[in-house]
Amino acid sequence: MRVLVTGLGTFWGSRLAQWLESLDFVDVIVGLDTTEPRLPLERTEFVKADSDYSILDRIVRATQVDTVLHTHLVVDSTELSGRALHEINVIGTMNLLAAAGASGSSVRKVIVKGSTLLYGANYQDPYFFREPMERTRAPKTRVERSLLDASAFLRDFAIDNPHVTVTKLRFSNVLGDDIETPFSKALRLPVVPEILGFDPRLQFVHEDDVTGALGYATTHDVPGTYNVAGDGTVPWSEVCAIVGKRRVPLPPLLTSWAAEPLRLLRILDLPPEVLSLLRYGRGVDNSPFKRAGFRYRYSTAGTIDAFARSLRLETAIGDKNPTYQYERDVETFFRHSPAVVRDGATT
Amino acid sequence: MTTLEATEAIVDLSTEMDRPGLSLVPVPHEERLDLEPGEDLIRRGDVDAWGRSERVRGLSRALYSPIYKYWFRVEWEGLENVPTDGGALLVSNHAGAIPSDAPAIMHGIETELHRAVYGMAEYLFRSLPVVGTLWSRVGGVPAHPDNAYRLLHDDKQLVLVFPEGSKGTGKQFRDRYRLRRFGRGGFVEIAMRSGVPVIPIAVVGAEESMPTLFKSRSVAAMLNIPYFPITANMLAFGPAGILGYFPSKFKIRVLPPVYFDVPANQERYPRALVMDESERIREQIQEALYEMLRARRNVWLG
Repeated sequence: MRVLVTGLGTFWGSRLAQWLESLDFVDVIVGLDTTEPRLPLERTEFVKADSDYSILDRIVRATQVDTVLHTHLVVDSTELSGRALHEINVIGTMNLLAAAGASGSSVRKVIVKGSTLLYGANYQDPYFFREPMERTRAPKTRVERSLLDASAFLRDFAIDNPHVTVTKLRFSNVLGDDIETPFSKALRLPVVPEILGFDPRLQFVHEDDVTGALGYATTHDVPGTYNVAGDGTVPWSEVCAIVGKRRVPLPPLLTSWAAEPLRLLRILDLPPEVLSLLRYGRGVDNSPFKRAGFRYRYSTAGTIDAFARSLRLETAIGDKNPTYQYERDVETFFRHSPAVVRDGATT
Repeated sequence: MTTLEATEAIVDLSTEMDRPGLSLVPVPHEERLDLEPGEDLIRRGDVDAWGRSERVRGLSRALYSPIYKYWFRVEWEGLENVPTDGGALLVSNHAGAIPSDAPAIMHGIETELHRAVYGMAEYLFRSLPVVGTLWSRVGGVPAHPDNAYRLLHDDKQLVLVFPEGSKGTGKQFRDRYRLRRFGRGGFVEIAMRSGVPVIPIAVVGAEESMPTLFKSRSVAAMLNIPYFPITANMLAFGPAGILGYFPSKFKIRVLPPVYFDVPANQERYPRALVMDESERIREQIQEALYEMLRARRNVWLG
């Protein structure tokens, strides 16, 4: 297997590359991004690219990759300006698919890390979105529009290239030890914002299940679109209770104005798509991906609990996950040390 | 549907998944969104996936109980027609400017049969602060077809719908006990797809508890609500009349379940069949209402 990972500089890209390195049947890993990988990688080859991935065509031809892991869709609009986000999500995806679908292309599998943000959050929504359902209101924010555009490109790509297995995974809000999202940032504050009079049902997926799901799609053939979210929904008030935080209300009217000082004071950036989630919440049906064979490690409540635990440890010792470094060193030792006996012979 | 057919349906769906605008095809599945082991140790509240909280529901039952017993003096007939297990769609007539029938039906079934009832209603509720949250905690769910399907088919719950919708509650007093159009028969289609019976329910008393004398279209348009009523209660009690019901005697009759002789989980059902069944159920409720009114001697005493 020869794999191309986009967004190697992102949390997910680095994580997946690290995981791919541990697989024997993965011969080549090429990582693409504008920034350096976040985690130390051993045999992944890093290629520095433009944000719009214009050199992709040449890379795909030269490396003859058969699998593309597109982890580079930006979902958190607080990270980038609208224009940069559009460039990466829309133009980047377009160039990636153009390269993967070029005549004589070796690509046989494309896996995309998308988001349930695509469904929006509105009072007319069903309580659990199924994959074929569409959002009930036109998107207002740039990040949602760019995700819809990227999704449309993918749909066309799947139709035009029936010989390619296309897996689109839509992840709900992610929580975990390491990942930073508007929700994890909000839950780290001493008091957590809510919208007065609203207590939305929310779903979370653990970061380990995110990498797990992307990995599952890499090693199995699961064509189609799938929601990925922990089982069940938990109201925001209870999310805060599990994490052990008090809530402070924002007014239900002119909420974005009220949230603006928080952004200006660099306390917390709550973009419109997150505010509408805090108002109406969102649920998705996660059963099709389960039927495709994927097993979750965490439910929604389990994800929140795991996050709360890592947060408590962090506040106690000032480090997020001190065991991680240790494990990685051991892993490196097992993989590379001449002292370790492999396949019955020393190397 | 055999297992093989079900599997084929799933395979079919996965290939169809990427077609935009594809109509909603519910897939049969065994797995439910149940609590995992150890989850009850994590959870701090009892709000379920539908936003309903048994604790809040219990509190509201305790508050509502005196109104139910002494104000409306609700009397049931044919309660044995409500199934004690499995999903069922409860279908009732709808009346009163601020409908008083929904809480009475939900309260009665929950206290008598100890089964939760989820009430389907306007999306509008969900957009209101405080009201929307409370409404959801006491068992209100937005009337999206997929919500109803999941509750009936996957969760095997009792779901209460008022097919007349706001046409029923918005009608004037001179039209009392005359059923409005039952929408487009969507409730029959949902029951067929979920493979559950429809339980028709006739309620007498709600019409007189808050009669609408006039309606203002311009105020309704201004406030962006379905109708703006001037009720007899407002004239009698002033502003307090917005929520003050007259103590009309409630009688609720549950009619025998209506089963449909069609397979569940179909993508669509013949429109003619759906409309026929919908009309038949509407007539049954209408007939029951007339019969109950013939027997009623007094609006306040029954």
